[in-house]
Amino acid sequence: MLRTGVIGVIAISLNACSPTELQHERVDAASVRKGREAVERLGCGACHALPGIAWPSGRVGPSLHGFANRAMIAGQLPNRPDILARFVRDAPALVPGTAMPEIEMTLEEADAITAWLQSLDES
Amino acid sequence: MSPEAPIPLSTASWLPVILDSAGPFSQPVTTLAWVIFTGGFVILGIVIAALTIALFGSPRLKARLGGEKAIWIGGFAFPVVVLTILLIWGLWLTSHLSAQRITGDEMRVRVIGEMWWWRVHYLDEDGRETFRDANELHIPVGQPVLLDLQAADVIHSFWVPRLAGKMDMIPGRTNRLLIQADAPGVYHGQCAEYCGGPHALMGFVVVAHAPEDFARWQGARAPAPAAQGSAARGAELFMNSGCAACHTIRGSPADGLAGPDLTHVGSRRSLGAGILPNNKGTLAGWIADSQALKPGNRMPAYHQFDGEELRALADYLASRQ
Repeated sequence: MLRTGVIGVIAISLNACSPTELQHERVDAASVRKGREAVERLGCGACHALPGIAWPSGRVGPSLHGFANRAMIAGQLPNRPDILARFVRDAPALVPGTAMPEIEMTLEEADAITAWLQSLDES
Repeated sequence: MSPEAPIPLSTASWLPVILDSAGPFSQPVTTLAWVIFTGGFVILGIVIAALTIALFGSPRLKARLGGEKAIWIGGFAFPVVVLTILLIWGLWLTSHLSAQRITGDEMRVRVIGEMWWWRVHYLDEDGRETFRDANELHIPVGQPVLLDLQAADVIHSFWVPRLAGKMDMIPGRTNRLLIQADAPGVYHGQCAEYCGGPHALMGFVVVAHAPEDFARWQGARAPAPAAQGSAARGAELFMNSGCAACHTIRGSPADGLAGPDLTHVGSRRSLGAGILPNNKGTLAGWIADSQALKPGNRMPAYHQFDGEELRALADYLASRQ
Protein backbone atom coordinates (compact mmCIF):
# COMPACT_ATOMS: atom_id res chain seq x y z
CA MET A 1 0.00 0.00 0.00
CA LEU A 2 2.72 2.43 1.05
CA ARG A 3 4.80 1.33 -1.94
CA THR A 4 2.00 2.04 -4.42
CA GLY A 5 1.56 5.47 -2.82
CA VAL A 6 5.27 6.28 -3.16
CA ILE A 7 5.31 5.15 -6.78
CA GLY A 8 2.20 7.25 -7.37
CA VAL A 9 3.87 10.35 -5.90
CA ILE A 10 7.00 9.75 -8.00
CA ALA A 11 4.91 9.27 -11.10
CA ILE A 12 3.03 12.52 -10.45
CA SER A 13 6.21 14.50 -9.80
CA LEU A 14 7.87 13.05 -12.91
CA ASN A 15 4.85 14.09 -14.87
CA ALA A 16 5.06 17.60 -13.42
CA CYS A 17 8.64 17.84 -14.64
CA SER A 18 7.88 17.21 -18.29
CA PRO A 19 9.24 20.03 -20.47
CA THR A 20 5.85 21.34 -21.54
CA GLU A 21 4.73 21.66 -17.91
CA LEU A 22 7.84 23.69 -17.12
CA GLN A 23 7.15 25.97 -20.06
CA HIS A 24 3.63 26.55 -18.81
CA GLU A 25 5.01 27.83 -15.52
CA ARG A 26 7.45 30.20 -17.19
CA VAL A 27 4.91 31.76 -19.47
CA ASP A 28 2.63 34.15 -17.66
CA ALA A 29 -0.72 35.13 -19.07
CA ALA A 30 -0.13 38.91 -19.17
CA SER A 31 3.04 38.56 -21.26
CA VAL A 32 1.30 36.15 -23.60
CA ARG A 33 -1.52 38.65 -24.14
CA LYS A 34 0.93 41.53 -24.72
CA GLY A 35 2.90 39.35 -27.10
CA ARG A 36 -0.17 38.52 -29.12
CA GLU A 37 -1.05 42.22 -29.33
CA ALA A 38 2.48 43.04 -30.52
CA VAL A 39 2.28 40.27 -33.13
CA GLU A 40 -0.93 41.79 -34.48
CA ARG A 41 0.39 45.36 -34.35
CA LEU A 42 3.58 44.41 -36.20
CA GLY A 43 1.82 42.28 -38.80
CA CYS A 44 3.88 39.10 -38.32
CA GLY A 45 1.03 37.37 -40.17
CA ALA A 46 2.28 38.97 -43.40
CA CYS A 47 4.72 36.02 -43.55
CA HIS A 48 3.53 33.49 -40.97
CA ALA A 49 0.32 31.57 -40.35
CA LEU A 50 -0.54 32.35 -36.73
CA PRO A 51 -2.75 30.32 -34.38
CA GLY A 52 -5.84 32.27 -33.35
CA ILE A 53 -5.35 35.02 -35.95
CA ALA A 54 -7.37 34.38 -39.11
CA TRP A 55 -5.86 37.14 -41.28
CA PRO A 56 -3.24 37.95 -42.43
CA SER A 57 -1.90 34.45 -42.88
CA GLY A 58 1.26 34.63 -44.98
CA ARG A 59 3.14 31.76 -46.60
CA VAL A 60 6.60 33.30 -46.94
CA GLY A 61 7.81 31.96 -43.60
CA PRO A 62 6.86 28.85 -41.62
CA SER A 63 3.54 28.47 -39.82
CA LEU A 64 3.90 29.17 -36.11
CA HIS A 65 1.28 26.64 -35.01
CA GLY A 66 2.68 24.59 -32.12
CA PHE A 67 5.86 26.66 -32.09
CA ALA A 68 6.59 25.88 -28.41
CA ASN A 69 7.24 22.26 -29.35
CA ARG A 70 9.53 23.01 -32.27
CA ALA A 71 13.14 22.01 -31.65
CA MET A 72 14.81 24.63 -33.84
CA ILE A 73 14.36 28.29 -34.71
CA ALA A 74 14.76 28.83 -38.48
CA GLY A 75 16.15 25.28 -38.63
CA GLN A 76 19.42 26.46 -37.10
CA LEU A 77 19.14 27.64 -33.50
CA PRO A 78 17.86 25.82 -30.41
CA ASN A 79 14.39 27.00 -29.48
CA ARG A 80 15.28 28.67 -26.17
CA PRO A 81 13.52 31.80 -24.88
CA ASP A 82 16.71 33.89 -24.68
CA ILE A 83 17.66 33.06 -28.28
CA LEU A 84 14.09 33.45 -29.48
CA ALA A 85 13.79 36.95 -27.95
CA ARG A 86 16.90 38.02 -29.87
CA PHE A 87 15.78 36.30 -33.07
CA VAL A 88 12.34 37.95 -33.31
CA ARG A 89 13.93 41.42 -33.12
CA ASP A 90 16.99 40.92 -35.29
CA ALA A 91 16.89 37.62 -37.17
CA PRO A 92 19.71 38.44 -39.66
CA ALA A 93 22.17 38.94 -36.77
CA LEU A 94 21.68 35.27 -35.81
CA VAL A 95 20.88 33.68 -39.18
CA PRO A 96 22.66 35.75 -41.86
CA GLY A 97 20.92 34.34 -44.94
CA THR A 98 17.39 34.63 -43.58
CA ALA A 99 14.68 36.55 -45.41
CA MET A 100 13.25 37.73 -42.07
CA PRO A 101 14.26 41.37 -41.64
CA GLU A 102 15.20 43.17 -38.48
CA ILE A 103 11.87 44.32 -36.98
CA GLU A 104 11.64 47.50 -34.96
CA MET A 105 10.29 46.67 -31.50
CA THR A 106 11.15 47.24 -27.84
CA LEU A 107 12.96 44.61 -25.75
CA GLU A 108 9.75 44.22 -23.71
CA GLU A 109 7.82 43.48 -26.89
CA ALA A 110 10.43 40.92 -27.96
CA ASP A 111 10.07 39.20 -24.55
CA ALA A 112 6.28 39.30 -24.80
CA ILE A 113 6.32 37.86 -28.33
CA THR A 114 8.65 35.13 -27.04
CA ALA A 115 6.19 34.38 -24.24
CA TRP A 116 3.37 34.18 -26.77
CA LEU A 117 5.35 31.86 -29.04
CA GLN A 118 6.18 29.65 -26.05
CA SER A 119 2.50 29.39 -25.24
CA LEU A 120 1.71 27.84 -28.65
CA ASP A 121 1.97 24.25 -27.55
CA GLU A 122 -1.10 22.76 -29.14
CA SER A 123 0.05 20.33 -31.80
CA MET B 1 12.97 71.76 -37.47
CA SER B 2 11.23 70.30 -34.44
CA PRO B 3 9.81 66.82 -34.88
CA GLU B 4 6.15 66.50 -35.62
CA ALA B 5 3.90 65.95 -32.61
CA PRO B 6 2.95 62.29 -32.44
CA ILE B 7 -0.39 61.59 -34.05
CA PRO B 8 -2.65 59.31 -32.07
CA LEU B 9 -3.01 55.98 -33.84
CA SER B 10 -6.67 55.84 -33.13
CA THR B 11 -9.00 58.39 -31.61
CA ALA B 12 -11.97 56.10 -32.07
CA SER B 13 -14.21 55.33 -29.13
CA TRP B 14 -15.96 52.02 -28.46
CA LEU B 15 -18.92 53.19 -30.53
CA PRO B 16 -19.53 51.88 -34.05
CA VAL B 17 -17.86 54.30 -36.52
CA ILE B 18 -21.19 55.55 -37.80
CA LEU B 19 -22.01 56.86 -34.29
CA ASP B 20 -18.52 58.26 -33.71
CA SER B 21 -18.35 61.36 -35.87
CA ALA B 22 -15.03 63.24 -35.97
CA GLY B 23 -15.99 66.21 -38.15
CA PRO B 24 -18.86 68.39 -39.39
CA PHE B 25 -19.46 66.38 -42.57
CA SER B 26 -20.11 63.13 -40.74
CA GLN B 27 -22.08 64.73 -37.89
CA PRO B 28 -25.45 64.78 -39.73
CA VAL B 29 -25.05 61.07 -40.53
CA THR B 30 -24.36 60.35 -36.86
CA THR B 31 -27.37 62.44 -35.73
CA LEU B 32 -29.61 60.64 -38.22
CA ALA B 33 -28.27 57.25 -37.12
CA TRP B 34 -28.97 58.01 -33.44
CA VAL B 35 -32.52 59.15 -34.21
CA ILE B 36 -33.23 56.07 -36.33
CA PHE B 37 -31.77 53.66 -33.74
CA THR B 38 -33.61 55.35 -30.87
CA GLY B 39 -36.86 55.56 -32.83
CA GLY B 40 -36.49 51.93 -33.83
CA PHE B 41 -36.19 50.90 -30.18
CA VAL B 42 -39.23 52.97 -29.16
CA ILE B 43 -41.30 51.37 -31.92
CA LEU B 44 -40.02 47.92 -30.92
CA GLY B 45 -41.24 48.71 -27.37
CA ILE B 46 -44.70 49.63 -28.69
CA VAL B 47 -44.87 46.42 -30.74
CA ILE B 48 -43.84 44.30 -27.74
CA ALA B 49 -46.47 46.06 -25.59
CA ALA B 50 -49.13 45.35 -28.24
CA LEU B 51 -48.00 41.72 -28.44
CA THR B 52 -48.18 41.39 -24.65
CA ILE B 53 -51.73 42.76 -24.68
CA ALA B 54 -52.69 40.43 -27.52
CA LEU B 55 -51.38 37.41 -25.58
CA PHE B 56 -52.18 38.19 -21.95
CA GLY B 57 -54.45 41.26 -21.92
CA SER B 58 -58.06 41.43 -20.73
CA PRO B 59 -60.74 40.66 -23.37
CA ARG B 60 -61.70 44.36 -23.44
CA LEU B 61 -58.12 45.48 -24.25
CA LYS B 62 -57.73 42.70 -26.81
CA ALA B 63 -60.92 43.84 -28.54
CA ARG B 64 -59.70 47.45 -28.68
CA LEU B 65 -56.31 46.38 -30.04
CA GLY B 66 -57.97 44.34 -32.79
CA GLY B 67 -60.54 47.03 -33.60
CA GLU B 68 -60.72 48.91 -36.86
CA LYS B 69 -59.64 52.19 -35.30
CA ALA B 70 -56.45 50.69 -33.86
CA ILE B 71 -55.55 49.18 -37.24
CA TRP B 72 -56.05 52.51 -39.03
CA ILE B 73 -54.02 54.44 -36.47
CA GLY B 74 -51.24 51.92 -35.76
CA GLY B 75 -51.07 50.20 -39.11
CA PHE B 76 -51.57 53.13 -41.47
CA ALA B 77 -51.45 56.65 -40.00
CA PHE B 78 -48.49 56.07 -37.69
CA PRO B 79 -46.06 54.61 -40.31
CA VAL B 80 -47.11 57.21 -42.93
CA VAL B 81 -46.58 60.14 -40.55
CA VAL B 82 -43.34 58.84 -39.01
CA LEU B 83 -41.73 57.85 -42.33
CA THR B 84 -42.75 61.12 -44.03
CA ILE B 85 -41.30 63.22 -41.21
CA LEU B 86 -38.15 61.08 -41.19
CA LEU B 87 -37.71 61.41 -44.96
CA ILE B 88 -38.16 65.19 -45.07
CA TRP B 89 -36.02 65.78 -42.00
CA GLY B 90 -33.31 63.38 -43.22
CA LEU B 91 -33.12 65.05 -46.63
CA TRP B 92 -32.95 68.51 -45.02
CA LEU B 93 -30.27 67.38 -42.55
CA THR B 94 -28.02 65.79 -45.14
CA SER B 95 -28.56 68.46 -47.82
CA HIS B 96 -25.73 70.33 -46.09
CA LEU B 97 -23.40 67.55 -47.21
CA SER B 98 -23.87 68.12 -50.91
CA ALA B 99 -21.33 69.92 -53.04
CA GLN B 100 -23.40 73.14 -52.87
CA ARG B 101 -21.39 74.10 -49.82
CA ILE B 102 -18.11 74.29 -51.72
CA THR B 103 -16.64 77.78 -51.36
CA GLY B 104 -13.62 77.35 -53.63
CA ASP B 105 -11.12 78.06 -50.85
CA GLU B 106 -10.75 74.44 -49.79
CA MET B 107 -7.60 72.42 -50.13
CA ARG B 108 -8.14 70.07 -53.09
CA VAL B 109 -7.15 66.47 -53.67
CA ARG B 110 -8.08 64.08 -56.45
CA VAL B 111 -8.58 60.49 -55.33
CA ILE B 112 -8.91 57.84 -58.03
CA GLY B 113 -10.22 54.40 -57.19
CA GLU B 114 -8.36 51.51 -58.84
CA MET B 115 -8.77 47.77 -58.46
CA TRP B 116 -7.94 47.61 -55.41
CA TRP B 117 -6.15 50.70 -54.21
CA TRP B 118 -6.29 54.49 -54.46
CA ARG B 119 -4.28 57.10 -56.35
CA VAL B 120 -3.97 60.34 -54.41
CA HIS B 121 -3.11 63.51 -56.38
CA TYR B 122 -2.70 66.71 -54.40
CA LEU B 123 -3.92 69.73 -56.39
CA ASP B 124 -3.22 73.47 -56.22
CA GLU B 125 -5.96 76.17 -56.26
CA ASP B 126 -6.26 75.92 -60.03
CA GLY B 127 -6.70 72.17 -59.96
CA ARG B 128 -3.19 71.40 -61.21
CA GLU B 129 -1.43 68.41 -59.76
CA THR B 130 1.31 69.25 -57.25
CA PHE B 131 2.36 65.77 -56.27
CA ARG B 132 1.27 62.15 -56.21
CA ASP B 133 0.91 59.61 -53.49
CA ALA B 134 -1.21 56.52 -52.90
CA ASN B 135 -3.48 54.90 -50.32
CA GLU B 136 -2.96 57.61 -47.73
CA LEU B 137 -4.29 61.16 -47.55
CA HIS B 138 -2.82 63.88 -45.35
CA ILE B 139 -5.02 66.80 -44.35
CA PRO B 140 -4.87 69.70 -41.90
CA VAL B 141 -7.41 69.60 -39.05
CA GLY B 142 -10.27 72.04 -38.67
CA GLN B 143 -10.76 72.96 -42.33
CA PRO B 144 -12.76 71.38 -45.12
CA VAL B 145 -10.89 69.46 -47.81
CA LEU B 146 -12.51 69.03 -51.20
CA LEU B 147 -12.04 65.66 -52.86
CA ASP B 148 -12.49 65.08 -56.60
CA LEU B 149 -13.45 61.41 -56.68
CA GLN B 150 -12.91 59.39 -59.85
CA ALA B 151 -12.57 55.75 -60.84
CA ALA B 152 -10.19 54.21 -63.34
CA ASP B 153 -11.88 50.88 -63.97
CA VAL B 154 -15.08 49.95 -62.14
CA ILE B 155 -17.32 51.70 -59.62
CA HIS B 156 -15.74 52.16 -56.21
CA SER B 157 -17.02 54.12 -53.23
CA PHE B 158 -14.97 56.38 -51.02
CA TRP B 159 -15.88 56.08 -47.37
CA VAL B 160 -14.05 57.36 -44.32
CA PRO B 161 -16.94 56.88 -41.89
CA ARG B 162 -15.73 59.21 -39.14
CA LEU B 163 -15.15 62.10 -41.57
CA ALA B 164 -17.98 61.94 -44.12
CA GLY B 165 -20.67 59.79 -45.68
CA LYS B 166 -20.01 57.53 -48.66
CA MET B 167 -19.52 58.87 -52.17
CA ASP B 168 -19.41 56.65 -55.25
CA MET B 169 -16.46 56.87 -57.64
CA ILE B 170 -17.77 56.33 -61.15
CA PRO B 171 -15.63 55.85 -64.27
CA GLY B 172 -15.84 58.90 -66.53
CA ARG B 173 -17.28 61.17 -63.85
CA THR B 174 -15.96 63.38 -61.07
CA ASN B 175 -17.95 63.34 -57.85
CA ARG B 176 -17.10 65.82 -55.16
CA LEU B 177 -17.01 65.25 -51.45
CA LEU B 178 -16.05 67.47 -48.54
CA ILE B 179 -14.28 65.96 -45.57
CA GLN B 180 -12.98 67.53 -42.39
CA ALA B 181 -11.33 66.19 -39.24
CA ASP B 182 -11.64 68.22 -36.05
CA ALA B 183 -8.76 66.54 -34.20
CA PRO B 184 -5.37 65.19 -35.26
CA GLY B 185 -5.47 61.45 -35.75
CA VAL B 186 -5.51 58.53 -38.13
CA TYR B 187 -8.88 57.79 -39.71
CA HIS B 188 -9.52 54.58 -41.57
CA GLY B 189 -11.42 54.32 -44.80
CA GLN B 190 -12.79 51.50 -46.88
CA CYS B 191 -14.09 50.98 -50.40
CA ALA B 192 -17.85 50.75 -49.89
CA GLU B 193 -18.95 49.47 -53.31
CA TYR B 194 -18.19 45.89 -54.25
CA CYS B 195 -15.51 46.16 -56.94
CA GLY B 196 -14.44 42.55 -57.43
CA GLY B 197 -11.96 40.10 -55.85
CA PRO B 198 -10.18 41.71 -52.92
CA HIS B 199 -12.70 44.57 -52.53
CA ALA B 200 -12.88 43.93 -48.79
CA LEU B 201 -9.11 44.52 -48.61
CA MET B 202 -9.27 47.93 -50.32
CA GLY B 203 -8.66 50.17 -47.33
CA PHE B 204 -7.52 53.73 -46.99
CA VAL B 205 -5.89 55.93 -44.36
CA VAL B 206 -6.48 59.63 -43.67
CA VAL B 207 -3.90 61.30 -41.46
CA ALA B 208 -5.05 64.62 -39.96
CA HIS B 209 -2.30 66.95 -38.75
CA ALA B 210 -2.37 70.11 -36.64
CA PRO B 211 -2.01 73.03 -39.14
CA GLU B 212 1.68 73.74 -38.39
CA ASP B 213 2.53 70.02 -38.61
CA PHE B 214 0.68 69.82 -41.91
CA ALA B 215 2.74 72.69 -43.34
CA ARG B 216 5.88 70.86 -42.22
CA TRP B 217 4.64 67.63 -43.80
CA GLN B 218 4.00 69.46 -47.08
CA GLY B 219 7.48 70.98 -46.97
CA ALA B 220 9.07 67.53 -46.57
CA ARG B 221 7.69 66.06 -49.80
CA ALA B 222 11.02 65.86 -51.62
CA PRO B 223 12.09 62.31 -52.56
CA ALA B 224 14.37 60.58 -50.05
CA PRO B 225 18.13 60.80 -50.81
CA ALA B 226 19.89 57.98 -52.67
CA ALA B 227 19.96 54.73 -50.73
CA GLN B 228 23.06 53.54 -48.86
CA GLY B 229 24.34 50.06 -47.89
CA SER B 230 21.84 47.20 -48.10
CA ALA B 231 19.16 49.65 -49.32
CA ALA B 232 21.38 50.56 -52.30
CA ARG B 233 21.48 46.86 -53.23
CA GLY B 234 17.69 46.89 -52.86
CA ALA B 235 17.43 49.89 -55.21
CA GLU B 236 19.43 48.01 -57.82
CA LEU B 237 17.16 44.96 -57.48
CA PHE B 238 14.08 47.20 -57.66
CA MET B 239 15.19 48.72 -60.96
CA ASN B 240 16.29 45.38 -62.50
CA SER B 241 13.60 42.94 -61.37
CA GLY B 242 10.57 44.49 -62.98
CA CYS B 243 9.29 46.51 -60.00
CA ALA B 244 10.00 49.79 -61.79
CA ALA B 245 7.72 48.82 -64.68
CA CYS B 246 4.67 49.32 -62.46
CA HIS B 247 5.85 51.65 -59.69
CA THR B 248 7.19 55.19 -59.69
CA ILE B 249 9.83 56.33 -57.24
CA ARG B 250 10.53 59.99 -57.97
CA GLY B 251 14.23 60.78 -58.14
CA SER B 252 14.98 57.30 -59.50
CA PRO B 253 14.59 55.70 -62.97
CA ALA B 254 11.43 53.91 -61.75
CA ASP B 255 8.48 55.54 -63.51
CA GLY B 256 5.81 52.82 -63.88
CA LEU B 257 2.20 53.95 -63.57
CA ALA B 258 0.21 50.74 -63.19
CA GLY B 259 0.73 50.42 -59.43
CA PRO B 260 0.93 52.79 -56.46
CA ASP B 261 3.59 55.52 -56.39
CA LEU B 262 6.24 54.38 -53.91
CA THR B 263 8.22 57.64 -53.56
CA HIS B 264 7.19 57.92 -49.90
CA VAL B 265 6.12 54.34 -49.20
CA GLY B 266 8.40 54.14 -46.15
CA SER B 267 6.49 56.90 -44.38
CA ARG B 268 3.04 55.43 -44.91
CA ARG B 269 0.94 54.12 -42.04
CA SER B 270 -0.13 51.05 -43.93
CA LEU B 271 0.75 48.65 -46.70
CA GLY B 272 -1.37 46.93 -49.34
CA ALA B 273 -3.93 49.79 -49.32
CA GLY B 274 -4.77 50.33 -45.67
CA ILE B 275 -4.64 46.69 -44.64
CA LEU B 276 -1.24 45.82 -43.14
CA PRO B 277 1.08 47.65 -40.76
CA ASN B 278 4.10 49.05 -42.57
CA ASN B 279 7.54 47.81 -41.52
CA LYS B 280 10.42 45.91 -43.09
CA GLY B 281 8.80 42.60 -42.18
CA THR B 282 5.46 43.30 -43.84
CA LEU B 283 7.25 44.89 -46.83
CA ALA B 284 9.26 41.70 -47.34
CA GLY B 285 6.16 39.54 -46.90
CA TRP B 286 4.19 41.64 -49.38
CA ILE B 287 6.91 41.57 -52.05
CA ALA B 288 7.53 37.83 -51.76
CA ASP B 289 3.89 36.77 -51.76
CA SER B 290 1.26 39.51 -51.81
CA GLN B 291 -1.14 36.96 -53.29
CA ALA B 292 -1.32 35.16 -49.95
CA LEU B 293 -2.34 38.42 -48.26
CA LYS B 294 -4.62 40.05 -50.84
CA PRO B 295 -5.63 37.29 -53.23
CA GLY B 296 -6.26 38.50 -56.77
CA ASN B 297 -4.42 41.81 -56.45
CA ARG B 298 -2.49 42.78 -59.56
CA MET B 299 1.01 42.34 -58.16
CA PRO B 300 2.39 38.85 -58.76
CA ALA B 301 4.19 36.94 -56.03
CA TYR B 302 7.96 37.42 -56.44
CA HIS B 303 9.54 34.09 -55.59
CA GLN B 304 12.91 34.66 -57.23
CA PHE B 305 14.68 36.59 -54.47
CA ASP B 306 16.90 34.95 -51.87
CA GLY B 307 16.65 36.00 -48.23
CA GLU B 308 19.26 38.72 -48.37
CA GLU B 309 17.82 40.19 -51.57
CA LEU B 310 14.34 40.32 -50.10
CA ARG B 311 15.68 42.11 -47.03
CA ALA B 312 17.61 44.55 -49.23
CA LEU B 313 14.42 45.40 -51.11
CA ALA B 314 12.55 45.91 -47.83
CA ASP B 315 15.42 48.12 -46.60
CA TYR B 316 15.24 50.19 -49.78
CA LEU B 317 11.47 50.68 -49.66
CA ALA B 318 11.49 51.42 -45.92
CA SER B 319 14.08 54.14 -46.61
CA ARG B 320 11.77 55.87 -49.14
CA GLN B 321 10.34 58.20 -46.50
